[in-house]
Amino acid sequence: MRETINFKLNDKPMRLTVDGERMLLWALRSELSLTGTKFGCGEGFCGACTVLVNKEAVRSCQFPVKDVKGKEVITIEGLAKNGNLHPVQKAFIKHDALQCGFCTPGMILNAYSVLLKNPQPTHKEILQNMEENLCRCGSYARIVEAIKTAAKEMKGGGKR
Amino acid sequence: MKKDDYMDLDFSDIEAHFPLDRREFIKLFGGGIVILVSLKDAEALLQQQRTRVRPELPEDFNAFLRIGEDGRVSCFTGKVELGQGVITSLAQMLADELEVPLDSVDMVMGDTDLCPWDMGTFGSMTTRFFGPPLREAAAKARAVLMELAAEYLQVPLNKLQAKDGVIFDKTQNKNKVTYAQLTKGKKIVKKLVGKASLKAVSEFTIVGKPISRTDAQEKVTGKAIFTGDIRLPGMLYARILRAPAHGAKIKSVDTSAAEKIKDVRVVKDGDLIAVLHKHPDEAGKALAKVKAQYDLPEAKVDDKTIFDHLLNVAPEGEAVVQGGNLQTGEKLSAHIVEETYLNSYVAHAATETHTALVKIEGDKTTVWASTQTPFRAKDEVAQALGVPSQNVRVIPPFVGGGFGGKSSNKQVVQAARLAKLTGKPVQVAWSRAEEFFHDTFRPAAVVKIKSGIKDSGKIFLWDYIVYFAGERGSQQFYDIPHHRTVSTGGGWRGAPGSHPFGTGAWRAPANNTNTFARESQIDIMASKAGIDPLEFRLKNLKDKRMLGVLTAAAEKFGWTKSKAANGRGYGISLGIDSGTYVAHMAEVEVDKKGAVQVKRVVCAQDMGLSINPEGAKMQIEGCITMGLGYALTEEIHFKGGEIFDLNFDTYEIPRFSWLPKIETVLIDAKDSPPQGGGEPAIICMGAVVANAIYDAVGARLLQLPMTPERIRAALP
Repeated sequence: MRETINFKLNDKPMRLTVDGERMLLWALRSELSLTGTKFGCGEGFCGACTVLVNKEAVRSCQFPVKDVKGKEVITIEGLAKNGNLHPVQKAFIKHDALQCGFCTPGMILNAYSVLLKNPQPTHKEILQNMEENLCRCGSYARIVEAIKTAAKEMKGGGKR
Repeated sequence: MKKDDYMDLDFSDIEAHFPLDRREFIKLFGGGIVILVSLKDAEALLQQQRTRVRPELPEDFNAFLRIGEDGRVSCFTGKVELGQGVITSLAQMLADELEVPLDSVDMVMGDTDLCPWDMGTFGSMTTRFFGPPLREAAAKARAVLMELAAEYLQVPLNKLQAKDGVIFDKTQNKNKVTYAQLTKGKKIVKKLVGKASLKAVSEFTIVGKPISRTDAQEKVTGKAIFTGDIRLPGMLYARILRAPAHGAKIKSVDTSAAEKIKDVRVVKDGDLIAVLHKHPDEAGKALAKVKAQYDLPEAKVDDKTIFDHLLNVAPEGEAVVQGGNLQTGEKLSAHIVEETYLNSYVAHAATETHTALVKIEGDKTTVWASTQTPFRAKDEVAQALGVPSQNVRVIPPFVGGGFGGKSSNKQVVQAARLAKLTGKPVQVAWSRAEEFFHDTFRPAAVVKIKSGIKDSGKIFLWDYIVYFAGERGSQQFYDIPHHRTVSTGGGWRGAPGSHPFGTGAWRAPANNTNTFARESQIDIMASKAGIDPLEFRLKNLKDKRMLGVLTAAAEKFGWTKSKAANGRGYGISLGIDSGTYVAHMAEVEVDKKGAVQVKRVVCAQDMGLSINPEGAKMQIEGCITMGLGYALTEEIHFKGGEIFDLNFDTYEIPRFSWLPKIETVLIDAKDSPPQGGGEPAIICMGAVVANAIYDAVGARLLQLPMTPERIRAALP
């Protein structure tokens, strides 16, 4: 059913008239041309489509767009502020924590959500909380280091 | 097959063309200085002629660079960036030789209208084969600039020096001119003839330095454009009906329910049945309403019987290499070890599925595609549409992982046909199920080895036959007097009728299979002789580079002799791929249920001159991490042409929790030419884990992947 959905997208008010049952991934990619959020597996197994809804990491390929009503959505395009990269983004660059880059937006947003909940995660906690995000190029070791660096940069506040 | 014939397998169907004539080319690029270089002229490439590259490289130029009037340098290469990092390392080579800052280089990659013909990005060939002519082109450009500067500054050439895009008088620093000033208003096109004067390794300031990825900024902000991210006015997204099994024939199809959905277009063109919509998810929903009946062929093989089937249909093999006399070797041996090694079909499973967007406008067709072979895609599209190849332009944006799987361009042809049939730009992005179904898997394969040792632990016999993997990496490198290596089955594509579905090159093709078998067999012999596996290898090796990596790995790892099997164990594996030598050591923990946790992996790698040591380490880490998958879990389950693993729920690839501690050692070999880096370190992952499992619990695994069930079954 087509409905009008008001929500906050990357800090700006957004009004979208769509079939509310459509998945957020496609609303972002094809209605709004926000293509940083990627399609990887379509069934919630890989995490390439991860975005934040009210600061919780969700699989946008499994998340109906009607469920963002009145909520705050953050995609990879909304993470940098006034041209300044977020500490997680900076840490990914510093550690070369990516290769092909296709899983990277999902990795970064999932990592950010992990740090929001647990600002100083241990090595094991990082592994556990990143477990459902897949990187076929095998950048896991560097991603873990990047998250540790970002945690230090964010100094426990988790502020953007 | 002869050595390195693997290249033929991939390229035998290509016809090479260069799209632009020289005049068009100069018009297109405007002012500045352009250097063209033909691979045939580059000395480094001449040495590679022995690899019997087909088709013949075009007579025209193959690489070039341009120094624009703004001083920016563009490098045009037919290679593509898949994550392997050549966007950075090629720019390093160019910038160093040309004496410009790295950030003044723009890489233009894979565009078939702008870039010189290239056979494809695979085989760890970019640095080895494209690097040398690129350096030569840069050196030539520098020479041209020096001559212009001599005239401009009225200073003799021998008093001039170039640095950071500026040429100055060594005796009077203030007397200087920038590359931008020199190129202003010029239109100079030079072809490299003969040999340019290259910098010595000791003079490098950018090559050999660890450089961060130059594409990282785009990739962490979501700005990096992949094929699926391109939006064109009026474009449609297609979803294509997939048969339930390879070899299935469609009996009937009912698209009426899909056709009733608003804005849905249905296309039926022979074997191609597609639904299209302006939104990809809506096209997907419509596809679910298409009902089709198929005739399924009788399933003759499955994932268990495939190995017997392959052995049954294997043609007579051909010796890759042989020496001495096998009968003599057998007589001289005190112990004979005969084993058979198996590995299953493995998927590429890149995170980005195969994607293409095709726009046809008048007689011009433009294709954006996730492909490792843009020039092959161009010819395939031309053929599918019945248009001349020069009317087709393929542009590969960033590619989200390839590993050999994106050498196949089926999705490109699908999109091209649909664009022609609908008159609209059409994007095809495979679902994950399609990605698994249409994949050209790493082939299931069998290796049989009969080998013999004296009581001293010296190997005297090596009789090796590999079925269906391909011969890359099959040649053993130990000092064995009586040996023969045979390869059969037609390489990784497989002889017709051998595999129930498509197979192809998978990161370091054939070498994963061959190295698993060889290095497992070496360990079994060491154990038979009662000699430590490290000592056993040292005793049987003469190759200095191999001894170099083995000793370096042992030192870093702190190799100690095996203790009683107590659940923790160490393993070793050695290998050669793409000219690069690797030695791996691993520590594993195996629990009572047969579950393996790899705790630590050390890799020592001799790749000659490392252009970007940080990039090389990234590739080693990626190889080790990805390689854990084929070692432990990755395996396609199937019955006949029906594929049961269609997503990451059943097809398990490595995850964060698998991550071992990874340590890399790059051997300092600056004076040797650079070798491949994207594949070598993956080849040892089967055997290094297998050998460590044996050390840990005494279970000898002869089949990949080494699942808990197989480990439990192999326990003593």
